[in-house]
Amino acid sequence: MPFVLSVSPDFTPKHIAGWYVFNTWLQRQTELAFHVELYNSFIKQREAIAADEIDLIYANPYDAAMLVREKGFVALAAPLNKADEAVIVCNNNYPIDAIENLQTDLSIVTTDDPDVHLMGMMMLEPADLNADNTNIQEKDSYVLVAKQLLQQKADIGFFLKEAYYDLSALIRDELRVLIASEIFVIRHILLAGPKLQQHHQQLESLLVNMQDNPKGADVLKTMGLRGWETQTQEDTEFMIDLMDTL
Amino acid sequence: METIDFQLITYLERNIDMKLHYYDGTDRVINIIDQEEPFPDGRLIVSRTDTMGILTHCNQSFIDMSGYTEEELIGKNHYILRHPDMPAAAFKGLWSTVKEGGKWDGYVKNLRKDGSYYWVHAVVIPNVRNGNIVGYTSVRRKPSRKKINQCISLYAEMLAEEG
Ligand SMILES: Cc1cc2nc3c(=O)[nH]c(=O)nc-3n(C[C@H](O)[C@H](O)[C@H](O)COP(=O)(O)O)c2cc1C
Repeated sequence: MPFVLSVSPDFTPKHIAGWYVFNTWLQRQTELAFHVELYNSFIKQREAIAADEIDLIYANPYDAAMLVREKGFVALAAPLNKADEAVIVCNNNYPIDAIENLQTDLSIVTTDDPDVHLMGMMMLEPADLNADNTNIQEKDSYVLVAKQLLQQKADIGFFLKEAYYDLSALIRDELRVLIASEIFVIRHILLAGPKLQQHHQQLESLLVNMQDNPKGADVLKTMGLRGWETQTQEDTEFMIDLMDTL
Repeated sequence: METIDFQLITYLERNIDMKLHYYDGTDRVINIIDQEEPFPDGRLIVSRTDTMGILTHCNQSFIDMSGYTEEELIGKNHYILRHPDMPAAAFKGLWSTVKEGGKWDGYVKNLRKDGSYYWVHAVVIPNVRNGNIVGYTSVRRKPSRKKINQCISLYAEMLAEEG
């Protein structure tokens, strides 16, 4: 039975192929069998985690608590210089330019990306807005979030900052950023499950040295990553604690 | 929290020099200024303490907002930010909640090094490792003006009761 590698469903579409390339690279380096399994929703992926079907996962920080505290996963590494930040965006014609001026019954368009949604809602707090006094619609992708804003079918939208700046300049010209998070410490992490325990050290050292090896550096490029850095158990616990306060 | 005894000796009126006496026998004179520093948009102010409330870690936003340098903060008790307008009861609730393993949240007026202040919505949680509380983390975000205004009158009443 191969080990199963999965990626948080919020991966950027243009980097899907990169994860398959990574999988091949990993198998060559470790001589272990890995198989990529992707899910199109967080709910589906959580079901697979609950059923112990995943061994290695590039996880959304929101899911890290459950993976570490309930499923015995351990962080192997974190992507270099790649924090998850959220932006709240509106149509250029939207008459409000400060969060504090947003009013109740606001319509929000978001995705099922859990950490971005959490950060987005947190940034609405200065206007006393929350899930009870706003209307939230969920879309399958950031492109669809942008579409709702362009068509003025929602007041504001939540984006992963990176996904927002991946939209074409033409689209962004019609939109405006109301606020951007600068949290710095919330990021995806690569976690290994209990079945991989005896290989943790080997995997960890392979990952942190990946960018120094020409082949490894090429693989990283296709994944849209610069490299990996060590993520200690305490780094992970700290991030989980921080998520817990949001 | 019996280890921390923040005592206010002289606080007669606003914008005056105040002598703040701390539980460990030290004191400092500070000019309390009635001037608010706005919470930075999109940021979180993060700090961690040991089990006694001694600062072990703070992020850049914490440093920027407090007006101290990192060296001045690490190893100090968190009451370095204590503003005389804050009632003691607020912090009693904080400590009793987190010591029992709970999550506390509340609105806090904090004192900057220069005597001005900033309001935060603070969440404090215990850091549980292998079943033991090894310290505490506080994450603060921007509060709404409405909540601040409610707290201004609430805290004034509480302070008056505390005498
Ligand atoms: C993690 C953590 C964060 C805290 N943050 C603050 C703070 O920002 N401002 C503050 O005045 N007290 C803060 N406190 C509470 C202080 O430890 C202290 O109880 C408070 O300043 C009042 O002093 P007193 O207990 O001597 O009355 C914090 C405590 C903990 C455990």
